Amino acid sequence: MKSSLIKNTVIFLGLFFLYFPILVLIFYSFNENKRVMVWKGFSLRWYNELFNNEQIIEAFIISIKIAALSATFATILGVMIGYSLVRIRKIPFKSFYIFLSSTPLVLPELILGLSMLLFFISLNNVIGFPSSRGQLTIFISHVTFCIAFVAIIIQARLTDFNKNIEEAAMDLGYNYTKVLYKITFPIILPSVIAGWLLAFTISLDDLVVASFTTGPGANTLPIVVFSKVRLGLSPEVNALSAILMFALIIIGLFYFYFNKKFKH
Amino acid sequence: MKNKSFEKYFVFTPYFWLVLFFLIPLAIIFKISISVSEWGMPPYQDIFLFDNGIKINTTFENYIYIFSDYYYIGSFVNSLILALISTFFCLFIGFPLAFYIATSNIRLRNILLVLVVIPFWSSFLLRVYAWKIILQNNGILNVILLNLGITSEPLQLLYNQYAVIMGIVYTYLPLMILPLYGYLNKFDLNLIEASKDLGLNRFKTFFKVILPLSVPGIIAGSLLVFIPVVGEFIIPEMLGGSDRLYYGKILWEEFFVNRNWPGASALAFSGIIILVLPIVIFQILYSRWSQKNEI
Repeated sequence: MKSSLIKNTVIFLGLFFLYFPILVLIFYSFNENKRVMVWKGFSLRWYNELFNNEQIIEAFIISIKIAALSATFATILGVMIGYSLVRIRKIPFKSFYIFLSSTPLVLPELILGLSMLLFFISLNNVIGFPSSRGQLTIFISHVTFCIAFVAIIIQARLTDFNKNIEEAAMDLGYNYTKVLYKITFPIILPSVIAGWLLAFTISLDDLVVASFTTGPGANTLPIVVFSKVRLGLSPEVNALSAILMFALIIIGLFYFYFNKKFKH
Repeated sequence: MKNKSFEKYFVFTPYFWLVLFFLIPLAIIFKISISVSEWGMPPYQDIFLFDNGIKINTTFENYIYIFSDYYYIGSFVNSLILALISTFFCLFIGFPLAFYIATSNIRLRNILLVLVVIPFWSSFLLRVYAWKIILQNNGILNVILLNLGITSEPLQLLYNQYAVIMGIVYTYLPLMILPLYGYLNKFDLNLIEASKDLGLNRFKTFFKVILPLSVPGIIAGSLLVFIPVVGEFIIPEMLGGSDRLYYGKILWEEFFVNRNWPGASALAFSGIIILVLPIVIFQILYSRWSQKNEI
């Protein structure tokens, strides 16, 4: 019985450690006072101010747009990589292919961001495009570093499921393309959705790479939030945090629902 | 004849994307890191000069400049130490958690796992910001310490290296727990019972049975924490003070403040060589080694 007490205490303390800061943030978002740390009473004042803050709203829309687009592209390319690595035998320079598709995972964001920025500048010097950086360059960078995350999820799912189903369908007269659309894709669809959600969240959350590749008219939400809280606290950001955390946690729950890997 | 033409598109579309937007940018970092710096826009000279034939115009000056200045080496060492300490604390907190989750019954296990990972889904920046609120001079932690009589005046908890470690351990903990759980989940719990039956006490069971079996998980989790922490920029910028300079900050300032592109590129490329390359090689060797030993 003593060991189960230790066990429950450890789990409780661990979860407390993980959730306490989030609860503090939500708690302070209801503080009436402009000085964040001095409690003055319950109020929805900062939520109201948040929805009237054009800079934040605009940044939010830009972020959602970039995240949705880059998640979609990253998912398409990531599914292709996952499928290639598991099902296609003849990949030229396969270890190089693996290196390319997995290194973005381990490269610090800062180095990735710098390399993308210098690439866009050099590209502009050579072919005159992109003449200025902005949403397009953030989008390209986000696709590049989200691909690897999707690829891993798809790879795991394809390794999991029995190849015999595909072969049986082939014996019954389906050709490769038909097997792909009628058998393989429906089976991996939940993982594809999970991959999209993961890529969407990563893109929405990214500050470092976006800071390097941004330009006029492309201040994403993390860039605006960072500029507000770098040196101090901001009651509007508290309100934003509460909303955003709630939304992202819902997305996270959907991810677990779709990513069946966690179910057994 | 089987129609396999789609396979070509599947292999080569992402191949093309990654070569263009990942490999070439890395090559450009290298190119600029060996370019001669100058005043102007862009602030470096071309590596090929075309007067009376091609002349190659490269230099290792930028690397020599970095590696002979303690400002740069020191910050790199600071980052490595920071990553080492943070990884240790993540392991120290993450291991018991992962272990107890893995030994819970199946229904509870899944709920706990989701609970542990969910904070990781909420915004990274905002979770760091939450610690800024907690560690303020009149923040919740100081209030508790004052009321308990542990301290008589508010402690300066924010803007130092301890706050940075705190923030890192908090945000990276799920990355440590997940792989640990993955490996602990796999092994047979009866082994623990067996070792107890054979007379090993709690500590011996831990060191002789549980720990050796979870080594792959420990390695995987530690790498997932260690690598990004070395390049971490946001957390030291939000929670840290001027007591320690880190690699991420130096790289950022070298580029944005000093506008020394070749210097920043040399810093970035050194980071890849010193940090990422050994880890990639280690992973390849380790997976080969573990495959061989399983057979």
